[in-house]
Amino acid sequence: MLDAVRGFYENHNANVHRAVHTLSQEATALYENAREKIKKFINAQDSAEIVFVRGTTEAINLVAYSWGLRNLKSGDEVLVSLMEHHSNIVPWEILSKINGFRIQYAKVNSDGTLNYEDYESKFTSKTRLACLGHVSNVSGVINDVKRIGKVAHEHGALMLVDAAQSVPHMPVDVKYLDVDFLAFSGHKMLAPTGIGVLYGQKELLEQLAPFQGGGEMIREVSFSQEQNRSSISWNELPWKFEAGTPNICGAIGLMEAVNYLERLGMAEVLQHEKALTEYALKRMQECSNVMVYGPSDLQLKCGIVPFNVDGLSSHDVALLCDNYGIMLRSGFHCAQPLHQIFKLQSSARASFYVYNTTEEIDRFVDVLKEIANA
Amino acid sequence: MPAVEDYVARIEETCGEDKSAIVTFKYDRKDEAITRISKKAKLKNSIAGVISEFTYQDVSFRVFSSGKAIFKGIENKEALQKILSALLL
Repeated sequence: MLDAVRGFYENHNANVHRAVHTLSQEATALYENAREKIKKFINAQDSAEIVFVRGTTEAINLVAYSWGLRNLKSGDEVLVSLMEHHSNIVPWEILSKINGFRIQYAKVNSDGTLNYEDYESKFTSKTRLACLGHVSNVSGVINDVKRIGKVAHEHGALMLVDAAQSVPHMPVDVKYLDVDFLAFSGHKMLAPTGIGVLYGQKELLEQLAPFQGGGEMIREVSFSQEQNRSSISWNELPWKFEAGTPNICGAIGLMEAVNYLERLGMAEVLQHEKALTEYALKRMQECSNVMVYGPSDLQLKCGIVPFNVDGLSSHDVALLCDNYGIMLRSGFHCAQPLHQIFKLQSSARASFYVYNTTEEIDRFVDVLKEIANA
Repeated sequence: MPAVEDYVARIEETCGEDKSAIVTFKYDRKDEAITRISKKAKLKNSIAGVISEFTYQDVSFRVFSSGKAIFKGIENKEALQKILSALLL
């Protein structure tokens, strides 16, 4: 990935879709190759369904403002779960204050799994959109988004999936899942920061208004002297949603990261993380004064282990581990409602990826024992 | 004239805890900062050899040998700046 990014800046650095010169043509080819790669990676129908954005947050905001602003009105309802990352709550709360629609929050069970009965019971004829994270960034719980998507479609609603924690860690097939929108970020899957993807079904994206205005997203800006105004027609998909100079090297880096992950195999990535999680959960049981949250059934979750140490704040734990070169996230993990439900001030989070090993978990558990027994 | 900024690289408010702040000392001045703090504050406890728990004027805080400190129950940035001035200068 690093070589690809460096190679772009050293050999092909130019803006895309702008010029006839060689460098621009090369940059454009690389950028569009990246889109094609992502299309195949998540099994989308068409590369026009792949919109490059800054990350999951921008992707969800794009849907909120391009679709939600024009289609949601007073009396409508949007469903979200209480385990969502703030990025799948805040845009809808902001928009509901503008358009006056209602947000319905679906409950989470005591083990952190989604209460499917509660979520499904909240669908009504007023429901326009169902939002759900594919994998919780706090507990690692894997949600059956296909099941919820099916119910959403039966009610004439759209389905939006926050896949920030699933696309990097497991095979994801948008055709199989049959969802309308799916968002993910490059920085969680070995790609640079500042690049992400919004997948949207082509027929749906074609109906949407642009998110931002500027260069690239227009086909024509025609000025009328008589009217003293410009009339504008939009570019084709997906460029209609990519105003301004895009993150070209980010997209190229993401393509190379996907190449690497494909060589590993996404099923193998998931298996590796599940094995590490099983090992970590087993070894963490040796630690007294350590509370681990989330389901114990590994079928329900992937490589995230939230925990607290009795008598210490999550930030104390993270700072202590930092002293030993172990990097943990602490706090709310941008999911404050979930912590409120569990009556937790905060939590520490151990998470695993393709580069982690059981030896590293041994080291982590040794440090945790030292902390918990101090 | 010495200033808190001579020792402190960054201050971040934590999420999830009641009004805590994490102070990161400048790498090349962290040892000096920790020495100054340990002379003025009262050491309550030392955990695992890498974390020291202090109190100073009813404020409790923990200092990590990596050069970070977590101050709890601080009302606002001004109050934190005041206590850092007292400890470091």
